[in-house]
Amino acid sequence: MNQDIILEVKDLSVSFYTDNRKNNAIRNVSFVAQRGKTLCIVGESGCGKSVSASAILRLLPELSRIENGEIKYYGREEPINIEKVDPDGDLIREIRGGEIAMIFQDPMTALNPVYTVGYQISEMLLEHNKDMKKDEAMKKSVELLSAMGIPQADQRVNEYPHQFSGGMRQRAMIAMAMSCNPKILLADEPTTALDVTVQAQIFELMDNLKKDYDAAIVLITHDMGVVTELADNVSVMYMGYVVEDGTVDEVLRTPAHPYTKALLASIPILGRGRNQKIEPIRGSTPDPFNRPPGCQFEPRCDYATEKCREAMPEREFISGEHNVRCYCYKEVLKDE
Amino acid sequence: MSETKTKLVEIKGAKTYFPIKKGVFRKTVGYVKAVDDITLDIYKGETLGLVGESGCGKTTLGKSILQLIRATDGVFNYNFDGEVKDLRELSRTELDEARQRIQIVFQDPHSSLNPSFTIFGSLEDPLKKFGVKTRAERREIIGNLLESVNMPKHYMDRYPHEFSGGQRQRIGIARALSVNPELIICDEPVSALDVSIQAQVLNLMMDLQKERGLTYVFITHDLSVVEYISDRIAVMYLGRIVELTDTEELFKNTLHPYTQALLSAIPVADLDHKKERIVLEGDVPSPVFPPPGCTFHPRCIHATEKCKTDAPKLINCGSDGMDHFVACHMVEEKFK
Repeated sequence: MNQDIILEVKDLSVSFYTDNRKNNAIRNVSFVAQRGKTLCIVGESGCGKSVSASAILRLLPELSRIENGEIKYYGREEPINIEKVDPDGDLIREIRGGEIAMIFQDPMTALNPVYTVGYQISEMLLEHNKDMKKDEAMKKSVELLSAMGIPQADQRVNEYPHQFSGGMRQRAMIAMAMSCNPKILLADEPTTALDVTVQAQIFELMDNLKKDYDAAIVLITHDMGVVTELADNVSVMYMGYVVEDGTVDEVLRTPAHPYTKALLASIPILGRGRNQKIEPIRGSTPDPFNRPPGCQFEPRCDYATEKCREAMPEREFISGEHNVRCYCYKEVLKDE
Repeated sequence: MSETKTKLVEIKGAKTYFPIKKGVFRKTVGYVKAVDDITLDIYKGETLGLVGESGCGKTTLGKSILQLIRATDGVFNYNFDGEVKDLRELSRTELDEARQRIQIVFQDPHSSLNPSFTIFGSLEDPLKKFGVKTRAERREIIGNLLESVNMPKHYMDRYPHEFSGGQRQRIGIARALSVNPELIICDEPVSALDVSIQAQVLNLMMDLQKERGLTYVFITHDLSVVEYISDRIAVMYLGRIVELTDTEELFKNTLHPYTQALLSAIPVADLDHKKERIVLEGDVPSPVFPPPGCTFHPRCIHATEKCKTDAPKLINCGSDGMDHFVACHMVEEKFK
């Protein structure tokens, strides 16, 4: 067993039950997070990337169920099977925030508007450090805020979320997430709502956290540019499946799944000017209640064969960590 | 772009201020200076990219051209086949006629189509208004329009909820095309779409431009998209244009410190792309109280005393006959 692995998700499936229908939100998803490394989960909207993150913290909505699979957390002496933990129990409350922290996409809805920012950060500190005093917690909150680059943190700490700008709110969220030195940081599209210059600031912060605290970062995004700049490992998701997984070099340089390849060909790249050719992916993502019977990408895929119409391919390892769910990956690799 | 450039729109000293009203008597206590003294020409057949971060006034400028928002001050000259008229001084009926020439595609395809109308119902209104009398004729025209945006004719009897985001955006484009406009203002037309769908819409827009000789004003915050589609780019910051030049020139020879920082902040989906990231301090200031002098000086690494008091003018600093407008004291001095 690799010592660096802190979280291992194996064959995880989650379904939502609504309107007498079942939505297979994620199916047999596997990935690992390592200490001091960033794992990026990429995919389009509705592919199940946020569901995977919520499942790790057991924050799934009521009408959903973990059908099978394991979420193993190696942060303590004994590994913990998170999928078996009571979602309202004491153990998960210790882990949430204390050991695995999460940053949400929209900082305005994630912060409580009727409490000051300082109160919300120290609440987290007091919850996870039983012998900490209130004024100590407040002092720590100020330190955290100024470490995140918020000017006049000693005054700002007593302000409410609406007095903060978007970038500052997200920084307050990160301060809160980092307050207990978590071993894993789950970031669900942390910068999608922010401008690029502010996004650059947030990424710089996250990079420092990785280096200084040896935290594992799981970053959920739809932006291939972000993946290229921040990721050590990448998992590409499509319609609830991880279709390709590997190090950033393997996946971006030698994409083995037709979807990854098509996705990379469909985005304009800065600095290549007007003469670059971008190839759209034909069709659109299928309705989750009316899925293709076989490989989920088959209707849009250029490599599709008869076999692809029958069943979703199993994971196949190409080399080391690089694995793919595709019958035709050898042809895809040959076309590079 | 053709060699003999004809000006389609000439904007001189445009200002759009929104009053802030307070108290019982709704007294005006200040102004949000969304667009502050912008001078800009739009040439026939070109795509002008308008980029900037949120709140920089790019959408307001777009809507001011169409007179959807009435500008506070300035001249918006429009070339009606040789006859130049100021859009701000047109009567209602004249403005209706002008709007046959200028159309807009909105950002959010979910809210820009009426959910209780079929696509035919939504698209027939502009045709009715501009003189297509019989229903059969309108159906014919709309059928052809849908085909020109790569959709089957019979989709016109469906409702917006039956379509995906990308399809709805294409319907939005079809609606803008229905009156055969010359100029289309595209307000973040691909920002709400998934990456694999963005390429479809972008390529469609470029094909339509070639076929119909359209002029686009393309408003976006995504520089990789704007680089792909634009002939010229105007970079805006706090209601002003800070840099305006040809796309290639802007990326090869970036002069304004803000544009430099903006370009360096964008994550690029290319593993071989190495660069220095310039991380800007702080946030965009409020447009109610813009900083005196150059509005960018509080975040600029090159700021001098002069920048704090004197607002720089947009000056042509291009070499070899190339137009390259920059508003920066530092660049201006170097150029001299």
